Amino acid sequence: MALFKRLTETQRPALAFTLDGQPATGLLGDTLLTAVLTCAEHVRGSDFSAERRAGFCLMGACQDCWVRLGDGRRVRACSTLLEAGQAISRDPGRQP
Amino acid sequence: MKPVVIVGAGPAGIRAARTLLDHGIRPCLIDENLRAGGQIYRRQPENFQRSAKQLYGFEAGKALAVHHTMDELARLIDYRPHTLVWNAEDGRLDLLDNGRAESIEYSRLIVATGATDRILPVTGWTLPGVYSLGAAQIALKYQGCAIGERVAFCGSGPLLYLVAYQYAQAGAKVVAVLDSAPFSAQCRALPALLRQPLTLAKGMYYRAWLSAHGIPVHQGATLRQIDGDQRVHGIRWGEQTLECDAVAFAHALRSETQLADLLGCEFAWSSLNRAWLPQRDSAGRSSVEAVYLAGDGAGIMGAEAAQMAGECAALALLEDAGSTVDQRRREALQKQLARIRGFRQGLETAFPFPEHWAAQAPDELMLCRCEEVSVGAVRAVVDEGHWEVNRVKAHCRVGMGRCQGRMCGLAVAEIVAERSGRRIDQVGRLRGQAPIKPLPFGVEVQP
Repeated sequence: MALFKRLTETQRPALAFTLDGQPATGLLGDTLLTAVLTCAEHVRGSDFSAERRAGFCLMGACQDCWVRLGDGRRVRACSTLLEAGQAISRDPGRQP
Repeated sequence: MKPVVIVGAGPAGIRAARTLLDHGIRPCLIDENLRAGGQIYRRQPENFQRSAKQLYGFEAGKALAVHHTMDELARLIDYRPHTLVWNAEDGRLDLLDNGRAESIEYSRLIVATGATDRILPVTGWTLPGVYSLGAAQIALKYQGCAIGERVAFCGSGPLLYLVAYQYAQAGAKVVAVLDSAPFSAQCRALPALLRQPLTLAKGMYYRAWLSAHGIPVHQGATLRQIDGDQRVHGIRWGEQTLECDAVAFAHALRSETQLADLLGCEFAWSSLNRAWLPQRDSAGRSSVEAVYLAGDGAGIMGAEAAQMAGECAALALLEDAGSTVDQRRREALQKQLARIRGFRQGLETAFPFPEHWAAQAPDELMLCRCEEVSVGAVRAVVDEGHWEVNRVKAHCRVGMGRCQGRMCGLAVAEIVAERSGRRIDQVGRLRGQAPIKPLPFGVEVQP
């Protein structure tokens, strides 16, 4: 299921990526957050209770959308553009 | 020679850069975003097709003018997009550019760091599907997406009606608008709002358009709870409930002041903004030599005022650096800024801060979404005798997490003030700490 709904700008070229190892598709010009939330319902687990989070401010301030990339980088999903072939993984967070 | 540096490429920073360049100074303009424009005039990625009219509505002309200026400047100045300033000390800024760390020394500095949404947490606000009003607007403007299938817009402030209108226009299902301000407050504000009749008319237009299109607008309606398990299922206010799968909420905007704080600027309480703000003279000089402040980062006045303040700050900088500047131009700008300040007063009357929020917040409400600290945990610290926000933070980690209190800090102060029986301006202000945003491990350092 998806959280975000695409309303417009849907004619862009598709980009394949993986989310937690599963194949997924986004569009050229998507942020990682858009790419993930148009095919899933969260981007990370919270640090102290593994509660599901899906970002909040979308402008790089709240820090609640960090994801990990296949090359080891950790980035804010809201301010990083999707590239073809990226392996995005979601941090499950920590249980209390 | 050390450059003049501007932090923030929104309306204030861009105008400041233009003004400096016109006077023969080639500044370095540092911006955290991938593309310049700031938030209100945020640009979509280059391969998107929508027109400026579709993206910015009534503001299309102004947005295009800002973008055009920036396109010209980008070739002529040292423009550094996608670059985070995470620390400032001793005339030097520490930067992070795509995982690479470096420092830059400045001769003079203009801080134009803008604003974020002002958030008063509500039960369920960390659920997937809950976003700030600004975030909802960015999803649409920058990505062509709605934050859900059935969206409720809550809180107050001019952005509330604007974003709800933009969503409905773009074909999203807007299930309701909940404005915590009563209609009577908006009537009381009319005299002051008439100082900018065009802006007032636009606000009234959005409101009327929503009603005319059958979208329920509830005034004096305070969002009490967001229900859901793994994601949003509905909202509650008063005795009413409504099903939806996404919520956007905020109570106007807050200035982003952490960099000014690290620079050592003196702060003063602003009752208009209900916040501590870095002090500046009418031209934009801060209390720190060679540091200037412009735009919403030094007090919320909107994009148009930000441009004027950016030009004022640049003119003050030029004058301090020994250049001759046009005094009449400066006086005209300051006169216009004063008029906007009067309008801003009216907005505060129309969308008053919900002062009862702290008293009504339940103990189990999660206040700090990073460290996951509840309202009750903060109250317990206050009950032990602590009433200064930094002390409270030290005791229970509230505001200490990844976001450094950007999301919860103002709400924490409200809770501490209410519980300790002090006025909101008597509980101190959360100090900024470097790094103001998280740094990943393994940062590559440029020699």
